[in-house]
Amino acid sequence: MQALRETLRETWRFYRKTLTLVVTGTKEYYLWCLLLLCIMLLGFLFYLPQVRTGLITTNMKDQVVWGLYIANFTYLVGVAAAAVLLVVPAYIYQFGPIKEIVVLGELFAASSIIMALLFVMADLGRVDRFWHMFPFIGSMNFPASLLAWDVIVLNVYLVLNLLIPIYLLVKTYYGKEPNKKFIVPLVLFSIPMAVGIHTVTAFLYNGLPARPFWNASILAPRFLASAFCSGPAIIIIVFQILREYTFIKLEDRALFKIAELMAYAMFLNLFLLLSEMFKEYYSNTVHMASLKYLYEGLHGHNALVPWIWVGTIMNLVAFIIFLFPAMRKRLSTLNIGCILIIAGVWIEKGPGLVIPGFVPDPLGEIYEYIPNFRELFISFGIWATGFLIFTILMKVAIPIASGEFSHAKYIEERPASKS
Amino acid sequence: MTIPQQAGLISLPSILSHGKLKRIIFPVLLSSLIGTSSPPFAKQTYEEFSVPPPPFKEGMFPCSNCHASMEAKKKKRELKEEHTTIQLRHAETMRWCLDCHYGANRDKLRLFNGDLISFDKSYLLCGECHGNIFKDWKAGIHGKRQGYFAGGKRTYLLCVHCHDSHSPRSKPIKPEPPPFRPKEKKDAK
Amino acid sequence: MRNRSYTRREFIRNLSLTVLSGFALPLLSSCAKEQVEDFLQKHFLEMTNDEKEALIAKLEARYLNKYGKKFKVSVQEAIPNTLWGYGLDLSRCIGCRRCVYACVEENNSSRFKPQSQWIRVIRLKKGSLVDLEDSEHYYNPDQVPEKDFIYMPVQCQHCEKPPCVKVCPVHATWKEPDGLVVVDYNWCIGCRYCIAACPYRGRIFNWADPNVPAEKWNLSVHYLGNRPRMRNVVDKCTYCIQRVRAGRYPACVEVCPTGSRKFGNLLDPQSEIRYVIENKRTFRLKEDLHTEPKFYYFFEA
Repeated sequence: MQALRETLRETWRFYRKTLTLVVTGTKEYYLWCLLLLCIMLLGFLFYLPQVRTGLITTNMKDQVVWGLYIANFTYLVGVAAAAVLLVVPAYIYQFGPIKEIVVLGELFAASSIIMALLFVMADLGRVDRFWHMFPFIGSMNFPASLLAWDVIVLNVYLVLNLLIPIYLLVKTYYGKEPNKKFIVPLVLFSIPMAVGIHTVTAFLYNGLPARPFWNASILAPRFLASAFCSGPAIIIIVFQILREYTFIKLEDRALFKIAELMAYAMFLNLFLLLSEMFKEYYSNTVHMASLKYLYEGLHGHNALVPWIWVGTIMNLVAFIIFLFPAMRKRLSTLNIGCILIIAGVWIEKGPGLVIPGFVPDPLGEIYEYIPNFRELFISFGIWATGFLIFTILMKVAIPIASGEFSHAKYIEERPASKS
Repeated sequence: MTIPQQAGLISLPSILSHGKLKRIIFPVLLSSLIGTSSPPFAKQTYEEFSVPPPPFKEGMFPCSNCHASMEAKKKKRELKEEHTTIQLRHAETMRWCLDCHYGANRDKLRLFNGDLISFDKSYLLCGECHGNIFKDWKAGIHGKRQGYFAGGKRTYLLCVHCHDSHSPRSKPIKPEPPPFRPKEKKDAK
Repeated sequence: MRNRSYTRREFIRNLSLTVLSGFALPLLSSCAKEQVEDFLQKHFLEMTNDEKEALIAKLEARYLNKYGKKFKVSVQEAIPNTLWGYGLDLSRCIGCRRCVYACVEENNSSRFKPQSQWIRVIRLKKGSLVDLEDSEHYYNPDQVPEKDFIYMPVQCQHCEKPPCVKVCPVHATWKEPDGLVVVDYNWCIGCRYCIAACPYRGRIFNWADPNVPAEKWNLSVHYLGNRPRMRNVVDKCTYCIQRVRAGRYPACVEVCPTGSRKFGNLLDPQSEIRYVIENKRTFRLKEDLHTEPKFYYFFEA
């Protein structure tokens, strides 16, 4: 009983201290958080009419029922899956430089999943009925519906990517050794989970014979390949920013290792695109209409054509940069390559995947969907939410990981406290 | 107009004069005469369908109000005095009014076998030439379906409820408006 | 010095917690009993007969309050030994769209903002019949039919192996015992996965609360069919469930001026639809997808 009370008091104390960490910082930190909060508020204000009046406030129609929200959702699930590219070198190959940042990478994956889930919730017509999706309480259509699978695996992955880092960080804070028998199986489990979340999301699109553009076996491999390009690219950029502003130990070697793995993924991504194009253009059936719409335009409708070509060229240039070690191992060119691949994959996997699936519609009609400003602001709001969550997580995790924020130091500074 | 087959009529006097066969031949001949005689002694029965009344123009029926006192002129010609609004476009090169309407009684239509039918069974007449459609109509798959499809409450419409019997080809109609286009910047298709 | 900064941090912490709880309070108090009841409503298939009765009473009261009309909500179950099938004579459809608007009237669909039409008539070129990519949806000539074209109305095909039912994450749509694929509008979460999965544009979305002129409401409604819907849920053709379970033809069948539409019970050998399948040359759309639709297109033999 006494031990329980002590644990609770300690937990409260720890929470209070992390809260202190979060709300104090430099001027840049306050400005950054304020900016994100403003964007979040704006997004929320635009979201309210969507709930009150209906999804008619968006530009989605019966012909194109999924738009910017689901495009962002797909992209972000891929980004979250990319944490595996840190976990595997760190825990399987014991690659030292990455081990330093793997915990932070998992928190990055958690923020990404939160963003993805928020995008789905923004897209749902009746969020007030969300509980219908839960098993046992609601009526989850498992295993027939891939959306049900997605709900399960995304939430399991989120829990894993919060549980593992928080466990490790708390242990570090108290200067205790983590229980390997507990944590290692969980870490190993997160590897197939990472592949799993993106496979399930791919299968969600894949299993619809009504949409020939998505009904290609190649879709799941394409998803994984592009995920392992874009996610780590964001990690590379974000962690360099963190290295600027905090005291994390991040060797360039870690970044170069990630980049090397990305190069393979980029090649696969381009090769799979080539396979897709050959199959559609050479076989030349009616079902190539969607691909034609995307890359050439269909019956005069060509809104996406400039976007996809810019995206594809960005992917190509990024691949060339990553191919040559001289360019890959120089931070300036590496960063350019990263930005190119982030944008290129977003175009290819966001609007370049979701919208052509609906064009032409099952009865041959073409509706060109372009998001309106309301959808854009809601999307920005959700991205800002993800960034803010990541910032807050980093604000606590980095001091713990670097040893600056630890129980030992706390005791040192307050010798008279009854801890 | 069917002419009763007078087979064996030539030998009738000789047969009748033969006393022994009188009791057999005469009843047989008499019943065959009755059996093959022209209407109104028809014994043919036709399947019944419950239909709403035929769509006569106001005051047109019964036709015998005018025609009972008129003589039927059997020559095919263009009508100049009455029924001038009727345009016959229905195999008009091969027949005319009195091929379907019974000359001696305009309240009836006549079938190929000489039977006379009332206007509320006009489907029998149409069915003589349009056999396939008549078969479909009887099964309930030709034409507009309304009301109940089962439970003994099925109803039928007459052919003439949808098709003008004198000029049956359906006229083109104005379509209802197309759906609203989803708003978009370009409309290039 | 340390004490003063602690006080400042404490102040910030207390303030943020207060603000957060301040946000929560209005949400809790504004939850009217009605909204809580709606929130907790069970799935239709799990309701007992008593619960269904209570639901009907609640809905009828609510519709009276909202629209000022006395609706009659039915929850009539499927008639045993029925499997509803539909026939469409492509040699007779003239593309007049009377079916589209009869359906809208019968089923209380929104007239504008958004315009909800369950049936879509497409115009195809003679000679390449089912090339749907070449279809025209917005034809508007002075008269139909136009030469060189045929018309094909498409609506929910009530598949025997419906892809929409397979993908719905919450079982909000299912196939009834009489073969009708229906939606429980109070259970649908509006994710639109079923619309993505349907190969026939059978399902559409209520992008906003339906706009129906007050005098045009059809007051005999079925819970799973044409009752007034709400925004952000999916709906679709139900073969006029409120009519067919009482033995009447769907509205589109009745209104068709050329008699192109046929309807009946596929399990009844004497039915009209069975006669069509046995005597005419029927086909179904996109048969290669194996959805087994119960909507048979045919031509005069």
